[in-house]
Amino acid sequence: MLRLPPFTYRGARTVGDALTYLGDAGPDTMLVAGGTDLYPNLKRRQFEPKVLVGLSGIRELDGVRGSADAGFVIGALTTLRRVAEHPGLRAAFPALGTAAGLVSSPQLRNMGTIGGNVCVDTRCNYYNQTQQWRKAIGFCLKKDGDICLVAPGSPRCWAVSSSDTAPVLWSLGATARLCGPEGERLVPVAALFQDDGIAYLAKRPDEILTELRLPPAAGTRCAYLKLRRRGSFDFPVLGVAVALQMEGGVVRAATIVLGAVASQPREAPAAAALLAGQRLTPELIAAVAVAAARPSKPLDNTDFTHPYRKQMTRIFVARALRRLAGLPESPRDEEEVA
Amino acid sequence: MRGVGKERFTVVGQPLPKIDAWAKVTGETRFADDLSLPRMAYGKLLRSPHPHALIRRVDTGRARALPGVYGVLTGLDLPRVKFGILPVSQDEEALCTEKVRMVGDAVAAVAAVDEETAERATELIDVEYEVLPPLMSIEDALGRPEVRIHEYGDGPNVHKAVSLEFGDVESAFARADLVREDVFYFEGNTHLPMEQHSALALWGPDGKLTLWSSTQTPHYVHRLLGQILDVPPAHIRVIATPNGGGFGGKLDPFAHEIAACKLSQVTGRPVKITLTREEVFYVHRGRHPVLMWVRTGVTRQGEILGMHFRTWLDGGAYGSYGVASTFYTGALQTVTYRVPAYKFEGARIFTNKPPCGPKRGHGTPQPRFALECHLDKIAGELGLDPADMRRRILAEPFTKTANHLTVTTIGLGECIDRVVLASGWRDKVGQLPPGRGIGIACSSYLTGAGSAIYWNDMPHSGVVLRADRSGGVAVLCGAIDVGQGSDSILAYLVAEVLGIDPKDIRVHAADTDLTPVDLGSYSSRVTLMCGNAAIQAAERLRGLLLGAVAAKLGVAAEALAARGRRIGLADDPDRSVSFAEAVVLAESIHGVLAVPGSYAPPKRAGKYKGGGVGPSPCYSYTACVVELEVDRETGGVRIDDVWIAHDVGRALNPLLVEGQVEGSVYMGIGEALMEEQVFRKGLHKAPSLLEYKSPTTLETPEIHTILVETDDPEGPFGAKEAGQGPLLPVIPAIANAVHDAIGVRIDEVPITPDKILTGLRRKREGKPARVGPERLPRFTFPPPRIVESAFGQPADGVAPRPFQGGEEGRP
Amino acid sequence: MPKTLLRLSVNGEDHDLAAAPHKTLLEVLREEMGLTGTKHGCELGECGTCTVLVDGRPVLSCLALPIELEGRAITTVEGLAGAGRLHPLQQAFAELGAAQCGYCTPGILLTARALLADNPRPTRQEIREALAGNLCRCTGYTKILDAVELAALRSAGGA
Repeated sequence: MLRLPPFTYRGARTVGDALTYLGDAGPDTMLVAGGTDLYPNLKRRQFEPKVLVGLSGIRELDGVRGSADAGFVIGALTTLRRVAEHPGLRAAFPALGTAAGLVSSPQLRNMGTIGGNVCVDTRCNYYNQTQQWRKAIGFCLKKDGDICLVAPGSPRCWAVSSSDTAPVLWSLGATARLCGPEGERLVPVAALFQDDGIAYLAKRPDEILTELRLPPAAGTRCAYLKLRRRGSFDFPVLGVAVALQMEGGVVRAATIVLGAVASQPREAPAAAALLAGQRLTPELIAAVAVAAARPSKPLDNTDFTHPYRKQMTRIFVARALRRLAGLPESPRDEEEVA
Repeated sequence: MRGVGKERFTVVGQPLPKIDAWAKVTGETRFADDLSLPRMAYGKLLRSPHPHALIRRVDTGRARALPGVYGVLTGLDLPRVKFGILPVSQDEEALCTEKVRMVGDAVAAVAAVDEETAERATELIDVEYEVLPPLMSIEDALGRPEVRIHEYGDGPNVHKAVSLEFGDVESAFARADLVREDVFYFEGNTHLPMEQHSALALWGPDGKLTLWSSTQTPHYVHRLLGQILDVPPAHIRVIATPNGGGFGGKLDPFAHEIAACKLSQVTGRPVKITLTREEVFYVHRGRHPVLMWVRTGVTRQGEILGMHFRTWLDGGAYGSYGVASTFYTGALQTVTYRVPAYKFEGARIFTNKPPCGPKRGHGTPQPRFALECHLDKIAGELGLDPADMRRRILAEPFTKTANHLTVTTIGLGECIDRVVLASGWRDKVGQLPPGRGIGIACSSYLTGAGSAIYWNDMPHSGVVLRADRSGGVAVLCGAIDVGQGSDSILAYLVAEVLGIDPKDIRVHAADTDLTPVDLGSYSSRVTLMCGNAAIQAAERLRGLLLGAVAAKLGVAAEALAARGRRIGLADDPDRSVSFAEAVVLAESIHGVLAVPGSYAPPKRAGKYKGGGVGPSPCYSYTACVVELEVDRETGGVRIDDVWIAHDVGRALNPLLVEGQVEGSVYMGIGEALMEEQVFRKGLHKAPSLLEYKSPTTLETPEIHTILVETDDPEGPFGAKEAGQGPLLPVIPAIANAVHDAIGVRIDEVPITPDKILTGLRRKREGKPARVGPERLPRFTFPPPRIVESAFGQPADGVAPRPFQGGEEGRP
Repeated sequence: MPKTLLRLSVNGEDHDLAAAPHKTLLEVLREEMGLTGTKHGCELGECGTCTVLVDGRPVLSCLALPIELEGRAITTVEGLAGAGRLHPLQQAFAELGAAQCGYCTPGILLTARALLADNPRPTRQEIREALAGNLCRCTGYTKILDAVELAALRSAGGA
């Protein structure tokens, strides 16, 4: 069977402990919460840390506080299942519950945490392979090699951001609380990422993501749609998160964030701008969907063909908006109803 | 079946739990990797990172020096004998010595104190390769004849080329009202049993070898080990462990089994090798990718006058069962519908990929997909209802086919009628709203291959029964239960004949020291062959018991019945003895009560080369209707309902038959919509359970199973197979339903969303609304062997079974 | 790698054992404790075969570290039956033929047990969703869904 490489495990009880352990051990140290992303990667030797700092014992980071009116604080160690099933969150920000509830399998959602899903390693089907497989193909930039096998002429890694919850949190204007040796800081989730398959997190390695904070929900309507082959297990190969600030029937502000089409969640601001001050008509939605698909630039390194993923971006954005507008899922359905 | 009136079954036909159900729901069942022995070492194979390369040098020095390593092997440590499951394709080495032919070929093996150490040691083995051009497709392999994967075969990189013609196909086409040609492609896919292969070997200090292995064919493994290890076959014992799923993936002898044996010899320890999931993908022997061309001439009513079928199989790096697979892509087209004249040409091509072989339906799902879509197109062109057209052109029971196969009972007409009725076909076909579709397809499959892999006159299956003074009966049989319930079937049949409860029976299976040979759990042969052997043994035992009881009671044996754990006069319960007392009486007369039963199928192979592939004692038949919805924006397919009717001859246990049908439907859906084994840059693209897409509960629809019974004279109490045939029609039924939904033909599986969108786009643009292969390989088949068509000849009568011996007692 | 002393509560009994920290729960159950009822299909969290319960919740033992599970109640298939009596799920799986090869069965039984504890009368769709993380290659899931329904019915005193 595939087994983990040896490591020293230091279980933290407090954030302070974790920071201390992280500081003690130097660069070959990694954080682990639910382990559902890291352990498979370790078994494939995608990382080879000497020390793991375990966060799962930090009780203070487990749980959801707040309300729709005041906003929510979600501890980074809250399991995906609890996020998906939290009644207050579900009512205020249904897209987040949807996204959390679509991650992998029920078992994995009992283990995996929201913090882990936000920070989930980027994925690529040249990279998420065993060491023997990667050796056979000649390794890649992201681990042990010197070229990107997806885009061999490129100087950078094109592994794909594969979080379901990050695009949603980004679209909702969430902020992340990061704790480091020099204290803590709050950064917008939108600023937590950068477009590089290796250095995809703007978080410093000595910082710990401790909380995710959601603003008051008033007027927010949101949706998340996920493309994948099966209804379980599979990572997104396209995610569409849409959040609208509504006033009456008019969109005051909109955010559209695409998942799994770049090395970070990718916002579609030009498309969102088309919505501002407008009512959600089928015609407008169709135009927004076309605009939103423009920043979608998938490459051939996940399931499904990349032209198909690109093509689906428009369809999924339209569907998300149509859902929020209370329209039937596809324009074709409308014709048939009429 | 003297003494057991079919109308009076007490066990047969009951929805009983499997005899091993309790062990399986408590976790008690011991699969191969659950075994461990004192001092056991863990083994690991070093596998080739190159798809095609010469091995220049292997240096194991650093690995041997690693603390915790007990032994290291290369191919030079093994006898230099190539092997293969078929006598005609002896082309494999457990550990390659000169050349590797695929990523995943084993080149060395290590035994160590634990698996981590063994793995580290494999990384310390230095292998120098000279890389050769990889041939990763049929086109590559035929296009570069100067690069040779093997030196044998029917041409450069051509493993096997066959050409057979039964009757005059061209003149049939000349008489036809419509002659239609189509081209199809079926992508390769793999078995994906949940249990990874595992083998534990113990080469004892007495020089005798025991191997526990998750194999579907303990007998063939036993035979092969005897050929390639330096130990007399008589000193080898192979014990098959319960298979955690097989589906044909555990039918070949494998490198890890051989390496575990040899490592045990050199280390003096038991050695276990369990494959990783990735290695299981390399071991493969799964569904061949097959390109197909078919031309059929029909009358206006859809009556087939002649058919010409061509297949090109991407065989992968080794022979495996590939010669049989090649013939199977042409063998069973004639068994379902009347085909008076038939021509088949097939070629299997070597490529630098894991070898293909037998997966559920062995070689027949691909042509069945092609044939059933082709017939649907013909029905469309003729303006006929595809269900009615099929219903009219069914093969005749108890006749021979053009290619000399004898068919016995055929329940396909009833199967079609039942699924048409249950699905509401007549109100739906062509009438569902856009995006919704319904499709039908039919099929047939072997109930056991009529020929053994190696020629011999011995039984294909054997059973020994031992009656105990306690009233219990032990069944010894060489077949291994792969989850389908073969152990249970043996218990039911013996219980039925002896009038005892299945619980009174213990089945001891698949141990070459203890059990008579059964050839293996493949070709849907176990229920029929082991079942008939078990019935024969049980009737012999029953004869001894009845004779002894008759003597005791002073009545004629013919007046006695065995029921309810008693043997006595049927109509006078006072004049009877318990089953246990009957055993005591009989043992007092005859001594130890151990009786054999044997079975070999009727010898019906056509008298032509290749005639050995296709014959079977009888064929199962299936009809399937699928209703689904196509999302015309995303190309996604959601299957809502599957209605499937299966002619199983007789359902010995309807629960188990339904389970086989449902599992077949599931696997068919996976193959139709998402499963594919594809390669990129010489490597398997996605050797993992995450990226090889196996349907979950959420992709699996409600399955409505209908069992049809035809009481076949060849089957045990009339039973035919159920484990493979029902997969066959599912795939074309889905393709036909997709066409009904969106008017687009996807002539290629898997039917993926992007193919559907491509087809819809072509349709919008006024192009042919079809996605599928556009061209065929340049390949010249050998001139056909001309054989007279046997179409329509009456079947030979049910042949007396061999090994029958005397009617009572031992033969 | 030095071993760590662990006290694990498995199937209601405390077990003291020593294992290196990188040994997963799957390895410790199977190889240190001899509880081979827990199977493995990928060891990467991609199949659900190795599912066990931790405090009643289904988790993947291939991705769980025992060092994080001290003081938690671990249940494996060996702990599903009561003294001399099968769990209703086990009974229903056996009776309805829901276990074919039986390799995925332990993980499915435990997942289903957690479902019924939360939701004693689930709909068929709810059962499908709860079991969506357990691959089975034999059954087409049909008899598994039937068996969970039957066990739910019986547990609720309905049959």
